[in-house]
Amino acid sequence: MSEQSIVDPDIGLQLIPTEASDYATQVDHLYFGLLGLSALLVAILVGLIVVFGFRYRRSRKGPRKPRFSDRVGHRIEIGFAAGLTLLFLGLFYWGGHLYMHLYDDQQSDITVNIVGKQWMWKVQHPDGTREINTLHVPVGESVKLRLTSQDVIHSFSIPALRLKRDAVPGLYTTAHFVATKTGEYRLFCAEYCGNEHSKMRGRIVVLSQADYQEWLTRHGEGPSPAVAGRQLFQSHGCTGCHQDSAQTPAPALDGLYGRTVPLDNGSTIVADEAYIRDSILQPQKHVVAGFQPIMPSFSGQLSESEIFELIAYIKSLQPGEWNQDRASGAPQ
Amino acid sequence: MTVASHPENHHREHDYPEHYLSSNWTLRGWLLTVDHKRIAWLYTVSITGFFFLGGIAALLIRLELITAPGDLLSAKVYNEMFSLHGIVMVWFFLIPSIPATLGNFLMPMMVGAKDMAFPKLNLLSWYIYTVGGIFTLAAVLAGGVDTGWTFYTPYSSLFSNTSVIAAATGVFVVGFSSILTGLNFMVTTHTMRAPGLTWKRLPLFVWANYATGLIMVLATPVLSVTLLLMGLERGLGIGIFDPALGGDPLLFQHLFWFYSHPAVYIMILPAMGVVSEIIACFSRNPVFGYKGMVLSIAAIALFGFVVWGHHMFVSGQSLYSGILFSFFTFLVAVPSAVKTLNWTATMFRGRIWFSAPMIYALSFLGLFTIGGLTGVFLASLALDVHLHDTYFVTAHFHYIMVGGAVTAYLGGLHFWWPKMTGRMYSELWSKVAALALFIGFNLTFYPQFLLGYSGMPRRYHAYPEAFEFLHVLSSLGAGVLAIGYLLPLAYLAWSLWKGPRAPANPWDAYGLEWRANSPPIEHNFTETPRVTGGPYAYD
Ligand code: HEM
Ligand SMILES: [Cu+2]
Repeated sequence: MSEQSIVDPDIGLQLIPTEASDYATQVDHLYFGLLGLSALLVAILVGLIVVFGFRYRRSRKGPRKPRFSDRVGHRIEIGFAAGLTLLFLGLFYWGGHLYMHLYDDQQSDITVNIVGKQWMWKVQHPDGTREINTLHVPVGESVKLRLTSQDVIHSFSIPALRLKRDAVPGLYTTAHFVATKTGEYRLFCAEYCGNEHSKMRGRIVVLSQADYQEWLTRHGEGPSPAVAGRQLFQSHGCTGCHQDSAQTPAPALDGLYGRTVPLDNGSTIVADEAYIRDSILQPQKHVVAGFQPIMPSFSGQLSESEIFELIAYIKSLQPGEWNQDRASGAPQ
Repeated sequence: MTVASHPENHHREHDYPEHYLSSNWTLRGWLLTVDHKRIAWLYTVSITGFFFLGGIAALLIRLELITAPGDLLSAKVYNEMFSLHGIVMVWFFLIPSIPATLGNFLMPMMVGAKDMAFPKLNLLSWYIYTVGGIFTLAAVLAGGVDTGWTFYTPYSSLFSNTSVIAAATGVFVVGFSSILTGLNFMVTTHTMRAPGLTWKRLPLFVWANYATGLIMVLATPVLSVTLLLMGLERGLGIGIFDPALGGDPLLFQHLFWFYSHPAVYIMILPAMGVVSEIIACFSRNPVFGYKGMVLSIAAIALFGFVVWGHHMFVSGQSLYSGILFSFFTFLVAVPSAVKTLNWTATMFRGRIWFSAPMIYALSFLGLFTIGGLTGVFLASLALDVHLHDTYFVTAHFHYIMVGGAVTAYLGGLHFWWPKMTGRMYSELWSKVAALALFIGFNLTFYPQFLLGYSGMPRRYHAYPEAFEFLHVLSSLGAGVLAIGYLLPLAYLAWSLWKGPRAPANPWDAYGLEWRANSPPIEHNFTETPRVTGGPYAYD
C-alpha cells in the first residue's frame, strides 16, 4: 500500500482516548480503579523502603529491637495473600464481565464484514457498500463486526471504543459495540503483519443515523451481500448439486442456518457460519449423513468477501423456500 | 549459614598463589575446561556480546522512532531490527543470563560441591549455545528476519521472505543448551549437597535456580517441537498451521506460549533468587518468611504453566478459555506479591547498608513491582483487549524483563564480583551507574505506558504525529540507559587490572561460597564444608 492509503484522523494526543461508547467508559473506570490501587501500593512500597532505609541505616548505631516472631510473620504473610486473592477475584470478575459483553454472540442492528489483507482493511456494509481503511457507522445502533483475514493474522483496533479483535485466516471472530459519540477516531492494525504493518491504519467515522443513511445511499453500489451471494451460488455451479436436479446428490440448503445437522460419523453439528464456511472450503471435514463426500473444495476460487456473501445468501434462505422451485418433491 | 569449623576468614587480606584463574591460562585451558567457574566466564563473555548487539538494535529502533514518519530506516530494516533485538535479547541473553553465568559459578559452591554433577555436559551446553548463536547471528546478519521473536504463523510459515528457517534453527539449537543446564542444576542440587545441607537450609538462590532448571527441562522441548513444526510447514507445506489445508493458525500461538510464558519465569525466578541473597546480606537480617519464599518459588514455577492463554485474549480462542486463563493469571500473581512483601519486611529492623548491590536490588524491587502491577492491568480481560499489542505491553515486559531480570543480574554481578575475580570495583562509579540505570530506565519505558493507553500499537515503524512527544522522551531515556549499561562494562573491566584485592568475604555475608577463597581454588574448597544451621544467620 502506498502512503496515501493512510487516512489518520487528526485528533492529537489523547492520554485517555475519547470515550466513544458506554463500554469505553466502563473500561476506563476499571483503568482508573487499577491506577489508583497501583499508585497506593507503589506509594506504600516506596514509603516503607525509604522509612526502613533511613531508620535502620547501618550508620545509626545502637541495638535493634528483635523482629516479630515467626508466628506473627506467618500471619502477616497469610493475611496479605488472602486479602490480595480476594481483591484479585473482584478484579477478575470486573474485567471478565465486560469482556464477555464485548465478544459474546448477540443480536445486532447492523453486521459489518471486515476482511484484513496485507495491508488494508476491506469493509462491507449490510447493503453491499464497500470501503477501505475507513469504517462508517451510525451512532446509537448496535454494530456487530464479523472479522476474518485473507492472508496473515491482523488485529482490528479502535482505541476510542476500547475494542480490539484479531482477524485470523480461516476463522470468524466477532465484536460488538454501540457508538455513543459522533466523530472521527483512529483505526489500527495491532498484530504485526509484515512489511507495511505500520501503514495499515485508518479511521472510524461515527455519523448520526440520518447521515449514515445518506452516506450509504451516496456510496451505495452493487447488490447486498445476500443478492451477490445468490449470483455466486449460481455462477459457481452450486445449484447443480444442491438445488436443480431431481435426484439432488447434495442436501438442500434452505432453512439450513441454525439447524442441527446429522453427520456421517454419527455426530451432529450446528450449522453456523463457521460450518458453512468449512463446507465450502473443506467439504470432507463434515460430511452430512446419507450423502457421498463428492463435493469439490472451492478453496482458492473464492475470496473472503465472496465467502461472506455466500454465507449471507445461505443465511437468508427460509425453510422450504426452495421447495416451490423444485421440479418434484426431491428425497430428503 | 552456620558452619562447623568456624568462619574466621572474614576480611582476611591474603595473596592466594593458586586459584581457578591463575593456572593453565591457555586457549586450550579455557576452551576445554570443565571447571564450572570457567564455564561461567565463557557464558558471561558470550552473553555480554549478545547484550550489546541487541542494545545496538534497540538504539536504532529508538532513533527511528524519534520522528513520526519512518524516515531513518526503511520499513524492512526497522522490522528486521526489532526482530533482531527481540530474538537476541530473549533467546541469547535473558534466558541464559543469570542461570548460565552466576548460576554456573555459584550453584556448586553454594551447595558445597567441587563442581556440577555433570561437568562435561556443562561445557557441552556452552558449545551448543555458541553454535545456536552463530547460526542465528548469521541468519539475522546475512538475510535478516522480520517475524519478531515470536515467529507467529502463518506470517512466518507462509508469507515472510526472510531467513526464518535459519534463525529458528539457531533458537531450536540453543534450546538444548537450556535443557542441559537445567538438568545439571537439578541433579547437582539433588546429589551434591554438602553434609548437613538439608533442603530447608538451601539458600534461596539455589531454590530459585533449581525451580528454573525444572521449567527448562519441562518446557523447552515444547518450544523445540513448535519451531520444528513451523520449519516443516514453511519448507514442506505440511498444513498444520495453514487454514487452507485444514490447519489451525492459532495452534502455533498455543504451543509457542506454552513454552514462552514459563520462559518468563526462567528469566525472573533466578533474579528473585539473587535479590533475596542481596537484601538479606545488606539488611543483615535473615530473609523474612523463608518458607513462604520457597513455597512462592514452587507456586510460580508450577502455576506458570497454566497461564499461557493470557497472551491470546483477543485472538479468537473461546471466551471461556479467556476467562479461565485470566483467573489463573490473577492467582499466579499472588506468590510474586508475597515475595515483594517479604523482601520489604526483611529490611525491617535491620542494619541497612546501601552498597551498590543493594541499590541494584532496591531498583529491582521498584521496577519489578511496577511491572507486576501493570501485569494485573493486562490480566483484567476487558483492559487487555484495549492494551494488547500496544506500547503498554512493550513497557510492561520491559519493566519485568529488563527492569527486573537485567537489574538483578547486574546486582548479582556486583555482589559476587569480588568472589569471581578477587578484585573490588569503584564504589562511587558503581553507585552512579545504578542510579543512571534507574532514571534512564523509567524515562525510557514509563512514557510507553501512556503511549499504550492512548492506543499506539507496537512494532510500528511510522506512526501518527500525535505520539511523537512521548517517543522523544522514551528515546532520550534510552540514551541515559545506554550510559548506565556501558559504565559497569568500563569500571568492572578496570577493576580486573587495578581494583584492590578482595578479601574472601568482603560483605561479611553468610553462604558457603563465602567460605572459599577469592577467587576460589580449582575445586572450590580444600575441605568439604559441613553445615549445621539454616541460611541467613545474620545477627
Ligand atoms: C536501551 C535499552 C532498550 C531499549 C531502548 C529497547 C527498546 C525496545 C523497543 C522500542 C521495542 C519495541 C519494538 C516494537 O515493538 O516496535 C522493544 C522490544 C523488545 N525488547 Fe527492548 N529495548 C531495550 C532493552 C531491552 C533488553 C535489555 C531486553 C532484554 C534483555 C529487551 C527485550 C525486548 C523484547 C523481548 C522486545 C519484543 C520484541 C518484539 O516485539 O518482537 N529490550 N525494545
Ligand atoms: Cu495488519
